[in-house]
Amino acid sequence: MEFALDLSANKYADVPYEEKERLFNEMKSDERWPHVLYGCYECGICVASCPSARFYDFSPRIIAQAAAREDVDLLYTLMNDSVWDCSQCFSCDRCPRGNSPGQIITVMREVAVRNGLQSAKEALEGYGRIIYKIMSTGTQVSPDMLQPNAFPDWGGHVNEISEHLEVWRKALPPETLHTTETGWKVDEKTLIELYLIWHMTGVMDMIEQIDEGLYMILVDVMEERLEDAGYDVTFD
Amino acid sequence: MIHLPILKATDRKWETDPSQAPTHDLKDEIFQLEKEGEWIVQRVPEPYFEVKTKYGRIKKIPLEKTWHHKSCGQCGHIPGYSTSIFWLNRQFGLDYHDPTNQTSCTAWNYYASATSNPEAQAAVAIRNFASAYKTGYFPLIHCGTSFGHYKEVRHALVHQPELRRKVKKIMDRLGLPFVIPEEIVHYSEWVYAMRDRIAERQVIDMSHIVATVHPACHYHKLIEEDAIYSEEIYGAQRTAIVTGTLQALGVQVKDYSTWFDCCGFGFRHILVSRDFSRSFAVQRKIEVMKEEANPDVVVTHDTGCVTTLDQSQFAAKAHGKKVGVPVMSDSQMAALAMGAHPYKVLQLHWHNTNNKPFLEKLGIDWKKKWDEFEAECEKIRKGEKAYLTWEDADA
Ligand code: SF4
Ligand code: SF4
Repeated sequence: MEFALDLSANKYADVPYEEKERLFNEMKSDERWPHVLYGCYECGICVASCPSARFYDFSPRIIAQAAAREDVDLLYTLMNDSVWDCSQCFSCDRCPRGNSPGQIITVMREVAVRNGLQSAKEALEGYGRIIYKIMSTGTQVSPDMLQPNAFPDWGGHVNEISEHLEVWRKALPPETLHTTETGWKVDEKTLIELYLIWHMTGVMDMIEQIDEGLYMILVDVMEERLEDAGYDVTFD
Repeated sequence: MIHLPILKATDRKWETDPSQAPTHDLKDEIFQLEKEGEWIVQRVPEPYFEVKTKYGRIKKIPLEKTWHHKSCGQCGHIPGYSTSIFWLNRQFGLDYHDPTNQTSCTAWNYYASATSNPEAQAAVAIRNFASAYKTGYFPLIHCGTSFGHYKEVRHALVHQPELRRKVKKIMDRLGLPFVIPEEIVHYSEWVYAMRDRIAERQVIDMSHIVATVHPACHYHKLIEEDAIYSEEIYGAQRTAIVTGTLQALGVQVKDYSTWFDCCGFGFRHILVSRDFSRSFAVQRKIEVMKEEANPDVVVTHDTGCVTTLDQSQFAAKAHGKKVGVPVMSDSQMAALAMGAHPYKVLQLHWHNTNNKPFLEKLGIDWKKKWDEFEAECEKIRKGEKAYLTWEDADA
């Protein structure tokens, strides 16, 4: 049987060990790490419940094992070639060792994004519009996303919805739901507070690493709104 | 493969004893931190229901004075889901608040792209909680992922003083109080707690309906001890949520072997790798349900689950897969049982899989109902009315 996931040491032999170690140390120093990794029995219970393991060449056991053994080379490979397959369902929280392989993966993904790894950029290709929506409007999903070209495999009903969108939104009894560009009506002040949170927590630095174009658009939108609200805030 | 008959697992009743719980009760620490001046704990307003969680602890579920923390996926793409929750509250004359000072929890994006961090995630959560606290209403979380994520955030805030310090600083700068709710409550827990009252007002017989239930991963797998369990349902071997509600409505809930599997949503996958979501939803969930239980309807209690299980069936049908089961939320089923309009309230036209045979089986004239809805839309189109009102919905 041929596997798509190449776990041999050769795959990233050109990346210096020190660089891999630096990234591993970033994972290990995350405050969550000791709460989500206690070792590994290598029992495979996590794999048995893992949806991604059924359809991809993917294994939460291998990720937990590599993390428990502090196998710096292997973790680097997994951080590039495996972690984005995870569904983040946390079925693997049933681990008898008390691990959360899903959360080990969350931490690894964050390190990948913060460091602008090419593999993370590729994994998030096409995803930028979603990040834009949530960060700039405060609701992640909006009715106007239901466009046939975005969801061709959902069939003709997406066409129908987009055709009737304006009227069907008005035909919703809750007053907060008459919107098309956001999931519900969000106050201006709420958005300002949200932008200030992005500003204070360094989230925009992560966006800059992963998608510079998106970063610039977001900065424009946020700085303008913040300025109108009387805040002198820049994201540089 | 050998399959044990699933029913056997429920033959024995497992008594839950909180003193034997493998985890400690976070509430002691939450109140202790309040005593130490770290934060304000927002109490569950009275009157409240008391339900049992996994290890037999008591969880308080507010009856009313609820602040509805809406779900972006529900409101955006399947808005009859949230509309039904509000409709139920209104039918019982309960006091609730539907806020505009609310953002998404942003966890969908976080689990999909990791373009955030624990500090930002916790600050978004506490900002929403502060908004609820200021209104005097108690948060009722509509989304399963928001619910699970907020439980994780609360857990992290209790155990990580440094994170607490950072979030406190952010709240101070926003001029907002640092508030944590006494309980993190999911709307389906409220529906479950209300199930007997809902059943008392049931007007549509559902005793001939077979349903399968998909329990949402982020409801019962994240901070697992905070999900509702009952000795009466699957011998307390799996969460009682949704199943308990449906049984109260007289629905025959049938079991299937892949109940623990997720729906295939995947956060990132449903948006940019939908082939995975589609395959998983169809092959591990819908086809298995069809083969083992042949349900009239699939009922679940989370945004992503309704979306994935419903939308994925379209393409699978073209491949001749065993699909074609409508999917809806427990709030929609409860509203339907109480006579809610399938289009003005349940808004079933936003769902994908054909639900007309299901409505017919319930004796509902969907054609007539659709014409009623269309007539209202026409008035909106012509400018005769701005919106469909709650009064129109019940007319
Ligand atoms: S992470 Fe846990 S469940 Fe998975 S192999 Fe290791 S000990 Fe077993
Ligand atoms: S969280 Fe990821 S690794 Fe864990 S079971 Fe789900 S898909 Fe598998």
